[in-house]
Amino acid sequence: MDAIFLQILNGLDKGGAYALIALGLTLIFGTLGVVNFAHGALFMLGAFCAVTVNKVITLSAKVRDESVTFFEAYKDVPYLEMWLGDTGSLIIDWSIPISLVVAIPVMLGVGLAMERGLIRHFYKRPHADQILVTFGLAIVLQEIVKAFYGANPIPQTAPDFFSGTVNLGALIGMDLTYPTWRLVYFIFSMGIIAAVFSFLQFTTFGMVVRAGMADRETVQLLGINITKRFSIVFGLAAVVSGLAGLMYTPILPPDYHMGMDFLVLSFVVVVVGGMGSLPGAVAAGFLLGILQSLASMTEVKSIFPGIDQIIIYLIAMIVLLVRPRGLMGRKGVMED
Amino acid sequence: MAKSTITPRSDLILFLGFTAVVLLMPLWLQPFGAAYPDLMQKFAIFGLFAIGFNILFGQTGYLSFGHAAFIGVGSYATVWVFKLMTMNVIPAMIFGVLVSGVFALVIGFVCLRRTGIYFSILTLALAQMSYNLAYSVLTPITNGETGLQLTTKDPRFLDTAMEAGSGIPPTNVFGIEMSAWDGLFGFYFCAVFLILGFYISIRITRSSFGSMLRGIKTNQTRMMYTGLNTKPYKLAAFVISGMYAGLAGSLMAAVDPLAGAERMQWTASGEVVLMTILGGIGTLVGPVIGAAVIKYAENIFSAIDKSVLVELFSFMPDVIGSGLAAVTSLFVGKGWHLTLGILFMLVVIYLPGGIMEGIERIKRRLFGKDHASNDA
Repeated sequence: MDAIFLQILNGLDKGGAYALIALGLTLIFGTLGVVNFAHGALFMLGAFCAVTVNKVITLSAKVRDESVTFFEAYKDVPYLEMWLGDTGSLIIDWSIPISLVVAIPVMLGVGLAMERGLIRHFYKRPHADQILVTFGLAIVLQEIVKAFYGANPIPQTAPDFFSGTVNLGALIGMDLTYPTWRLVYFIFSMGIIAAVFSFLQFTTFGMVVRAGMADRETVQLLGINITKRFSIVFGLAAVVSGLAGLMYTPILPPDYHMGMDFLVLSFVVVVVGGMGSLPGAVAAGFLLGILQSLASMTEVKSIFPGIDQIIIYLIAMIVLLVRPRGLMGRKGVMED
Repeated sequence: MAKSTITPRSDLILFLGFTAVVLLMPLWLQPFGAAYPDLMQKFAIFGLFAIGFNILFGQTGYLSFGHAAFIGVGSYATVWVFKLMTMNVIPAMIFGVLVSGVFALVIGFVCLRRTGIYFSILTLALAQMSYNLAYSVLTPITNGETGLQLTTKDPRFLDTAMEAGSGIPPTNVFGIEMSAWDGLFGFYFCAVFLILGFYISIRITRSSFGSMLRGIKTNQTRMMYTGLNTKPYKLAAFVISGMYAGLAGSLMAAVDPLAGAERMQWTASGEVVLMTILGGIGTLVGPVIGAAVIKYAENIFSAIDKSVLVELFSFMPDVIGSGLAAVTSLFVGKGWHLTLGILFMLVVIYLPGGIMEGIERIKRRLFGKDHASNDA
């Protein structure tokens, strides 16, 4: 029983990542009607924001190591530690939360540039063209990152405060030790999801966007520049996906192709949740994350070998065969 | 799209021209430095793959993002026949094509229930699933990361009955080894299949089955309103195109008897999409041209490394030269995929009809309106 609970918990952080990417995909699709194959690349770019910030604040100078007396030894000491002492080490320790602040404007910029520079020329083109051009863009972004950071994963560490584990089961008398950062990630993703939903639900901007999703032409006839708002939504989706990738770095060391790995799964999540349904995307994200981690239990694997590799695709196939529109799909979305 | 003046005669000329061009490749590719068997085999194999993909994407309008899975299945099946039965490639290839056809039937049955991007995502997901399985659970069959290879311990029941040799025998066609005639035999073997595949694709395009497929692409709903069940046609197109891919995979295994899961990765699927688009979607020769151009460019670009570039720019002042070399080195060698991605985007943005459309445009500009009216 404990093991099952633990696996459900384990699925939550992965599910959070799927849900955030799928949310962005659905948002873009619902507003602009564009299938964005480069969305995984945005996830990856977010992760590499963390890497970059970490690299910048740990810029080091070679300093004579006084503790070694037998020979001349040198060690790398970050400038920040030299100048600010303990405050400097603290800043380095908290590099991931700090990079959040950097990543938000960067990802917003990247998203807006992508939409204004490329994607807006593809609104009227067939979906196949949109898929292809964003696919090409994903390759380009991937290769640029590879050229600068190499092909190997670059491990990142969470702040000391969040490393280690917490025992969640203490309250209910079970033994559930769980890595703290994964818990942070889950809470973070829930926070972002709540923020996006309340932004759409409770602000005037969100109201206009929702109206535009329902009937773009009428909103335009009312004299509202819906294109501008949709561009901002695209930037927003880029931020969501970038932050999802950034916060995921302590769990999975980022490499240049992590985006594509997540993108394929996130597309499956969108399809399972139902194209065009935001709650569906979130629910399916968590559902598939949890199912995936349940399937990787040794007990399950001994009955169905390899089930952990294919469970998501199997679920997707079953859902599409039984409920072709996905779990919460709306009628009339992508039916042509 | 197809020209407006299509007669059996023009098709025959097209086919004969194509045959001549393919068979004479070792001659006319000499000046380009591409006339060695390895590369020409790649032209033929990927040309075949792209022709098959075009039947599904170009004619029927279904964009599959998982076509590389069929290449992988074809390769594995072929190598298994090498291991168990005989090194003669003909039975092995027949088996490879059949297995990938059955595989395509299963995948197509599931994926074709949806259209548009749902279909693309489903094929992508299923191909990724096969790729993951090949790396993990199916290791007894696929040999995981190492890839499936021939060993001296393989039983090869049919061969051992005839001869008792030592070492791994080479692949052959009834005794003629693939590497015979300085490797040209391997190329001509692939070329025969390419020409055959091209002929079949002409026949399909011109048949009523072909117009049915184009009808599905143009307006499937209308096709269904006329009381036609489109499903068998779509499925047939999917299976045919899967078998083309399987044949390509079999040929890869025939010229180089090993199979690895990396052939099934989504990048490989993306590559064939690019080949088809670059050449010209829905045209007959376009996909082959696209495949050849990409494989040729890959060969050229990935061979260049930094020292070559430094030499190339050595005539310039030192600072500019090394700067240029640093910038261009991003795009060549290991960075070849970056060039590929940029090329992909440029083609989709500016030339959605691919090279064939480019040729048409140039023709129209050169010959003006007269030519167009003659054509119509």
